[in-house]
Amino acid sequence: MSSHRPPDWERLAATPQFRHLLRAKAAFVVPATLFFCAYYFSLPLLVGYFPEFMSRKILGPLNIAYVFALSQFVMAWILAFLYTRAARRFDAMAREVVALNDLPKGPTAQ
Amino acid sequence: MNVPLFIFLAFVALTLAITAWAARRSSGAASYFAAGRRITGWQNGLAVAGDYMSAASFLGIAGLIAFNGYDGFMYSVGWLVAYLTVLLIVAEPLRNAGKYTMADILAYRLSPRPVRAMAALATLTVSTFYMIAQMVGAGALVSLLLKDSGITYSTAVGAVGLLMIVYVVFGGMLATTWVQIVKAILLMGGTLLLSILVLSHFGFSFAAFFDAVTHVRYTLNGVPVEQDFLTPGLKYKPPYGALDLISLGMALIFGTAGLPHILIRFYTVPDARTARVSVVWAMAIIGAFYVMTTFLGFGAATIVGRDFIASNGGINMSAPLLAQFLGGDTFFAFISAVAFATILAVVAGLTISASSSFSHDFWTNVVHHGSERGPYEEVRVARITAFVVGIVAIVLAIALGPGANVAFLVGLAFSVAASANLPAIVLSIFWKRFNTAGAVAALGAGLASSIGLILISPGVRGPAAIFPLENPGILSIPIGFAAAVIATLASNDRSSEIKFAELQVRGNTGLGAEKPTPH
Repeated sequence: MSSHRPPDWERLAATPQFRHLLRAKAAFVVPATLFFCAYYFSLPLLVGYFPEFMSRKILGPLNIAYVFALSQFVMAWILAFLYTRAARRFDAMAREVVALNDLPKGPTAQ
Repeated sequence: MNVPLFIFLAFVALTLAITAWAARRSSGAASYFAAGRRITGWQNGLAVAGDYMSAASFLGIAGLIAFNGYDGFMYSVGWLVAYLTVLLIVAEPLRNAGKYTMADILAYRLSPRPVRAMAALATLTVSTFYMIAQMVGAGALVSLLLKDSGITYSTAVGAVGLLMIVYVVFGGMLATTWVQIVKAILLMGGTLLLSILVLSHFGFSFAAFFDAVTHVRYTLNGVPVEQDFLTPGLKYKPPYGALDLISLGMALIFGTAGLPHILIRFYTVPDARTARVSVVWAMAIIGAFYVMTTFLGFGAATIVGRDFIASNGGINMSAPLLAQFLGGDTFFAFISAVAFATILAVVAGLTISASSSFSHDFWTNVVHHGSERGPYEEVRVARITAFVVGIVAIVLAIALGPGANVAFLVGLAFSVAASANLPAIVLSIFWKRFNTAGAVAALGAGLASSIGLILISPGVRGPAAIFPLENPGILSIPIGFAAAVIATLASNDRSSEIKFAELQVRGNTGLGAEKPTPH
């Protein structure tokens, strides 16, 4: 249970546990966001500027453009799965930070 | 009584029963605006899917693919990948730091009155345009389907509008949520059935199906032609086609995470973890649906044919006509009823987002300076707003008529969301220096540039267009971000930095986040 006094946000924000949580989240979210943007926008770029290349058949009647478009769905699902798995770690780290708030102010917070 | 009308009335009866049940359980603001924050992960996933997959998805994409092949499928891809932005960046901090509306996260450390006033304006703009698009679609559909029963376009628009008013005024977010869940199940069921029927038409052979897709016959300018519909570029042609595709992609990818009616769904779950789970559920459902648009769209192109659709109701009737070809009149009626359910659930979501923003952002926080007006006043104002918004949408949809440019209205909604709302949300979460001037500038510039560019685009001006692209995102999104950065740096206001630590800790840990209401 949380205590009733308002949390000392500045103190919590400065704790090593919270800095660690922010770094861990950024280490996943920043590359993941850059990756999915790059992967997604390469579709309209390739389709728009290299239509002949993208129309080449690679899987029976299917061309590169369609297979690449379908792969976007798979990419989105895999990334969502990976994030969910990583987020379990973030949840545990967040609970540590919340637990710090319940502790009486120790010697570290003079 | 004819079959479509019967199936539609059965759905209406079910949703009214849900509304009556929700109205009995609903008490207090958190209950009315956020369903008590007790919706579970999979339920909210279905509701997000039901809130999101609109007439544009079901009728619109099927038609775009049936007429333009591959290029139409680009919408399907973008509308799913967009949820990665929601999942990775927006959903969890929003749930942790906010209460009822999109503006809550902006007002957290910025000056509430100007920010909420602008955010309410953006929300009402997005919701109203999006809603009118849905109602025009519903009216056109009804008048076509039930043309022998004497139901006109205006009657149909009025009926849709009155139903959504009833759901939202009496049932609040709880009724809206369950209407969206029922609709999502119906839509997925109908789409799956239709896809199976398309495949069975080709003897369950993917090879035969895609072989037909690469040899689609139709008439172009009076000349019969044969076309590979998997070829890109049938809709987006040089010289500006490639830029238009990229611009469309930007609006879809960055707009979804700025749609107020989607964002407020994350307040209906108990905590940020459940919000995350619900996005993943939504991605599974929405993704499965958009993959199946392959069968809907290409099925209509190969089985029904572009020529027949064009002379029997037009591009938006591709999916219902496909159902009629494959399953006869009863299945046609069922799919049409699914299309109504789709539209109704979306307009209900839009209405509650517009009315909660007006009540919570504008009435309580702008007009009354955030002073507590008693828990019932906010709900009462929201109910009155829902009623007014509904009436205004009915009047506008009837005034615009069945020929209104629906794609323009939806494009405008996505563009405002991506160019105005998203920069303000993202920068307020991640940039310590961001301040009130920056947020107001982002919302104002994003809103103005979206509307301005669309008004001079080919979608509105035709060949006389000044701006060559149909989708303004490629220009208006950078304008929104640039306005935010420039206005922030030009202002000496540093007061927003004081609460940055608080927003960071709360957004990332859920400490102090709004709790679900007790039973």
